[in-house]
Amino acid sequence: MNQPQTIIDKLWSAHEILRRDDGESLLWVDRHYVHEGSFHAFGKLAERRAEVAEPELTFGVADHYVPTRGSRRNIANPELARMVRQLEENCARHDIELFGLDDPRQGIVHVVGPEQGLTLPGLLIVCGDSHTSTHGALGAYAFGIGASEVAHVLMTQTIWQKKPKRLRVNVDGVLPPGISAKDIVLAIIASIGADGATGCAVEFSGAAIRTLSMEGRLTLCNMSIEAGARCGVVAPDAATFTYLKGRPHAPTGAAFDQAVEAWSKLTTDDGAAFDHEVALSAAKIAPIVTWGTSPQDALPIDASAPDPRGESNPERAQYLREALDYMGIAPGKKLTEIAIDRVFIGSCTNARIEDLRAAAAVLAGRASKVPGLVSPGSTVVKRQAEDEGLDRIFREAGLEWGESGCSMCVGINGDLVRPGERCASTTNRNFRGRQGPGARTHLMSPAMVAAAAVAGHLADVRELLGGRKV
Amino acid sequence: MEIFVKLTGTACPINQSNLNTDQILPARYLKWTRAMGFGKVLFHDLRFDAEGREKSDFPLNKPAWRKSTIVVSARNFGCGSSREAAVYALYDFGVRCVIAPSFGDIFAGNAAQNGLLTAVVTDREAAEIMESLAQMPDLPVTVDLDQQTILCGNRTCKFMIDPIRRMRLLNGWDDLALTENYRDRIRAFKVEDKIKRPWAAPREQL
Repeated sequence: MNQPQTIIDKLWSAHEILRRDDGESLLWVDRHYVHEGSFHAFGKLAERRAEVAEPELTFGVADHYVPTRGSRRNIANPELARMVRQLEENCARHDIELFGLDDPRQGIVHVVGPEQGLTLPGLLIVCGDSHTSTHGALGAYAFGIGASEVAHVLMTQTIWQKKPKRLRVNVDGVLPPGISAKDIVLAIIASIGADGATGCAVEFSGAAIRTLSMEGRLTLCNMSIEAGARCGVVAPDAATFTYLKGRPHAPTGAAFDQAVEAWSKLTTDDGAAFDHEVALSAAKIAPIVTWGTSPQDALPIDASAPDPRGESNPERAQYLREALDYMGIAPGKKLTEIAIDRVFIGSCTNARIEDLRAAAAVLAGRASKVPGLVSPGSTVVKRQAEDEGLDRIFREAGLEWGESGCSMCVGINGDLVRPGERCASTTNRNFRGRQGPGARTHLMSPAMVAAAAVAGHLADVRELLGGRKV
Repeated sequence: MEIFVKLTGTACPINQSNLNTDQILPARYLKWTRAMGFGKVLFHDLRFDAEGREKSDFPLNKPAWRKSTIVVSARNFGCGSSREAAVYALYDFGVRCVIAPSFGDIFAGNAAQNGLLTAVVTDREAAEIMESLAQMPDLPVTVDLDQQTILCGNRTCKFMIDPIRRMRLLNGWDDLALTENYRDRIRAFKVEDKIKRPWAAPREQL
């Protein structure tokens, strides 16, 4: 009998073209997503006068630099316009299908891939963006790469990699009401640290993961990079297959059934060995917010900000002081007493239809005490939300209903949080200056951002539910 | 790519953990081309205030460390965004080696593609080197990739690096030239894989 294998082993071996004596493997790439930021790699291609090896496996998406407020017809800022145009030109020159600014399928690459059925179980997917880990939610082996590697994939459809260690994160039990995938993943990162999964591919398993929707699994895998993981993966199951059926680029008819048969084998065998294991209990997870400048600086909403004076390790105390100082939070302050200046609902982490529904459920019939922007994860999500009337709920609450793109998560399209302002955000990174120089970011779930908007300060969404389902 | 064998130079301690690529190179500079000089915006928002004036307390702005070729830092250096321009910024500033207890995986991979050494030491060793440099800012540091040693003052310590990344740096490998040797294997894999995984191709849109 064959040795039991983890899903990570199965995905790896299906793509391994060869392994050198030194242990590095050459892997076949099934999907390669490019965006405006991939211009460095296209430049390397031009230098070598090289062609794209497999244009039909390469897809372009305009997301990082596209405007998400106001008209998109003419991009006023010439530098941003040039970034979008450059991607259009590179895709046209190399015969790459592009989900461009005016395309009804446009959106954030990590929302569009699954939505269009381009991301499938069992695929190896790369993109020059660290949040490529998102696609693992469907049972794909997906990871972010740098520009040199993007150029290599463009030219060869392959990538050199060393097999990572295997980490299983098991979350058992039932999630309490008001708790989402974002809370799970922030709890994991807080527990293992921002480098807790470095060098590892992570399988998320357990009853609480199984019951997550595809949207939830995408959020979970999206943030596995924030624990340093190479990639995150959830074994495909009936929910995955139902999600994929009928998607534009997914197989159909008999081909779909054949695919499902193959995908169903992509599970970890009983008795397969992982290099590391971590276990969490879903029942103990509370709504979580970050207080500091790393996603690991995360605490349950009913806690207080740390106090460096109570910290015995001087280096840790120094870290806490600097983070609190940047965030403008007094040591030991109750998290629910932290007033906010604005909210942002968007990004590849939390801007799918379910995320918007959760935020809208909390905001319905209520007003936001602060200004804010809602940027749907894709133009398809935007249309669906409008069909469901969610846009009206956001607008009536006083929030701006925008277009789709990376937007205020990274701010390079010009949508910035102003210096010193505090933003409750559904995004993935609370790094210093991430949402703009001097910006202060608190990460949390869409429902928690909505709760903060209603309260004007960080707030426990559970107290605002009163029968509302999020 | 320039090869890396051994380097003796000035080392700048930046004692912050999780020094992510957004700090190394803020996102607003990502639309720059390399010719524009990423070195001048390395650590921009840590090095300069809102008016563009140097912050005197940032280590790289101190007289002894302005021309550092080595950076010493704390855990999880280069975590976060995959932006390879973070490596360009360090390299174009003149930095050829970063010493830290751990690195973001994508960053370390990007570094090895661009001749920048990421040397892994223990938390304690990193702290001790940073402490020595705080005491004697111009203490020369020698990093020997062949021997995997760091000499700081009269103290030597070993460092770790993935053996493949080490070979890549020592030899200045060009991955594309390397892959070219396996062109037939790639072609054969592709043919066989199409039969094995017919569902893997994206369905054509009508």
